[in-house]
Amino acid sequence: MRRLPQAWRRLPEAWRRPLAVTGGIMALAWVVIALAAPLLAPHDPLAQDLPRLAGPGPGHWFGTDQLGRDILSRVVYGARVSLPLTLLLVALSVLIGGLLGAIAGYFGRWADEAIMRLADLVFAFPTIILAMVVAAALGPSLGNAVLAVLVVAWASYARVSRGLVLAVRGQEYVLSGRLLGFSTWRSLRVDVLPNVTGPILVLATLDMGTALLLLSGLSFLGLGAKPPSAEWGAMVASGVEVFDSWWVATFPGLAILTVVLAFNFLGDTLRDALDPRTARAIKERAL
Amino acid sequence: MTLLSIDDLVVEHRTPGRPTVRAVAGVGLTVAKGEVVGLVGESGCGKSTLARAVCGLHPAAGGSITFDGRAVTPLGLRRRTLTGIQMVFQDPYSSLNPRRRAGDQIADGLRAGGGPGTPADLLERVGLPRDFAARHPHELSGGQRQRVAIARALAASPRLLIGDEPISSLDASAQSQVATLMRDLAVDSGAGLLFISHDLSVVRLIADRIAVMYLGKMVEVGATETVWNDPQHPYTQALLSAIPHPDALGNLPAELPGDVPDPADPPSGCRFHARCPHAMDVCGVREPDFGPAACWLHAPALP
Ligand SMILES: Nc1ncnc2c1ncn2[C@@H]1O[C@H](COP(=O)(O)OP(=O)(O)OP(=O)(O)O)[C@@H](O)[C@H]1O
Ligand SMILES: [Mg+2]
Repeated sequence: MRRLPQAWRRLPEAWRRPLAVTGGIMALAWVVIALAAPLLAPHDPLAQDLPRLAGPGPGHWFGTDQLGRDILSRVVYGARVSLPLTLLLVALSVLIGGLLGAIAGYFGRWADEAIMRLADLVFAFPTIILAMVVAAALGPSLGNAVLAVLVVAWASYARVSRGLVLAVRGQEYVLSGRLLGFSTWRSLRVDVLPNVTGPILVLATLDMGTALLLLSGLSFLGLGAKPPSAEWGAMVASGVEVFDSWWVATFPGLAILTVVLAFNFLGDTLRDALDPRTARAIKERAL
Repeated sequence: MTLLSIDDLVVEHRTPGRPTVRAVAGVGLTVAKGEVVGLVGESGCGKSTLARAVCGLHPAAGGSITFDGRAVTPLGLRRRTLTGIQMVFQDPYSSLNPRRRAGDQIADGLRAGGGPGTPADLLERVGLPRDFAARHPHELSGGQRQRVAIARALAASPRLLIGDEPISSLDASAQSQVATLMRDLAVDSGAGLLFISHDLSVVRLIADRIAVMYLGKMVEVGATETVWNDPQHPYTQALLSAIPHPDALGNLPAELPGDVPDPADPPSGCRFHARCPHAMDVCGVREPDFGPAACWLHAPALP
């Protein structure tokens, strides 16, 4: 037990701040909840066997919804829907946007023009509107909602990664590599990409919250998860129908809020832990 | 035998919205096999631009660069097959990839040159412990990084090594060590060395010939002892007189009037005439485009 304070002191300063600790604990808690959902949930999230619209109380601490389902269990199982999808979404955005931005920055010329005009096009629309349009065009389903958010989310990674690659591309070690006969792909893979991943990962952490918000936003609007599934956005939407029973919308809403906060705290911490130059590059990102 | 021959080279920097800077404005220079040529000049006179152009890192706007009988083409998107020219850059903090071990970066050089040995052997040759191969650049000092960069360049068995102020960010004791090291390693392998510096006193220790640049022009070229003991061009004389108290930037002493002119808008005639203590009428009118000392005081007799 005496080791703990020591390990604590060895953590970088940025990670010892209250916000960092809070964010870390909240994120960790949600991961545990998602993994252990069957153990933690007192009821079957889909079973409709409880009294309808019962307020929070013993047996159903978060109350029940209009079909008699236990909200606590649905919130807990909701983590199994939202967290993996958010993670997948951000991972795909990083991969697609990051790579496209890197290509734009490294090769320049028409590749740069084409990719960045496409990104500008995305930025020309308010994020949620564009995501709605795409989701509506694809048809309402959770998978299509992910695709729709992906369409809008890649662009900010493309911008950031392009800027970072532009800065790294002129570094002398990149030039040395080229003089040693590196092909452009090898140069990109060995010298450029590894030196831009740090800031992009920070941006990804900061964006987890935004991505979750968009995803559940689409479900809230009926463009994402379909009714029986325990998805937080869709749960909030059903709670809006029964406004007097405040607990129906409030608890899934709080779930979204805590996840968004957790990742924002973590992202801020990561950013501060980085050196000031990259921190500035991230702050200047357009979202 | 001539290894590198630069002829009337012009290199320009174009920045949108600003006048074009002719950083190298018609320069000729040769480097022979096994020869060490020191290129000196004040900050901003176009030394780095010249070096980068020779490697193909910057396209030439005029003139020619011939290496081993072949024209040097600008580095494009294609893989470089000409690995006979290698460069050691000025800033040790950006010349190594921070994410890769020193040994891996030297191995890149070995792969390019197909030479024998291991990264550890090369580290030994540049005077570093063999186990530095496992270190990352942030675990090395500036001087050690520069040695790793030299090892990487040498690993490619270049026939021409270019050092762009490889020593200017090192402390005084490391400077002459690293400079001598570069000289010995290059000459031992039969390569030519183009060593750029603004510090004449170090260049003198290692160079066979010295070339002096001023504002994009070559003002004097000659054997080291000749230039050192009997400089012809007033600018070279001023550089030499600055040596007892050179400031860190290699700036000229206060006796020399005026500032370095803007390379985007160079003076007419001889580019040095406004600051030259011996300026004559002809200097502001006609450019002295002859050598080895491009100065009207030393104009060759008219035929
Ligand atoms: N990328 C660039 N864009 C515009 N102008 C540039 C660029 N690089 C260099 N210049 C200009 O070209 C001129 C020559 O620069 P260069 O870097 O070749 O000088 P240098 O002799 O190497 O100086 P130093 O000793 O400081 O390294 C300078 O006036 C500089 O301002
Ligand atoms: Mg320079």
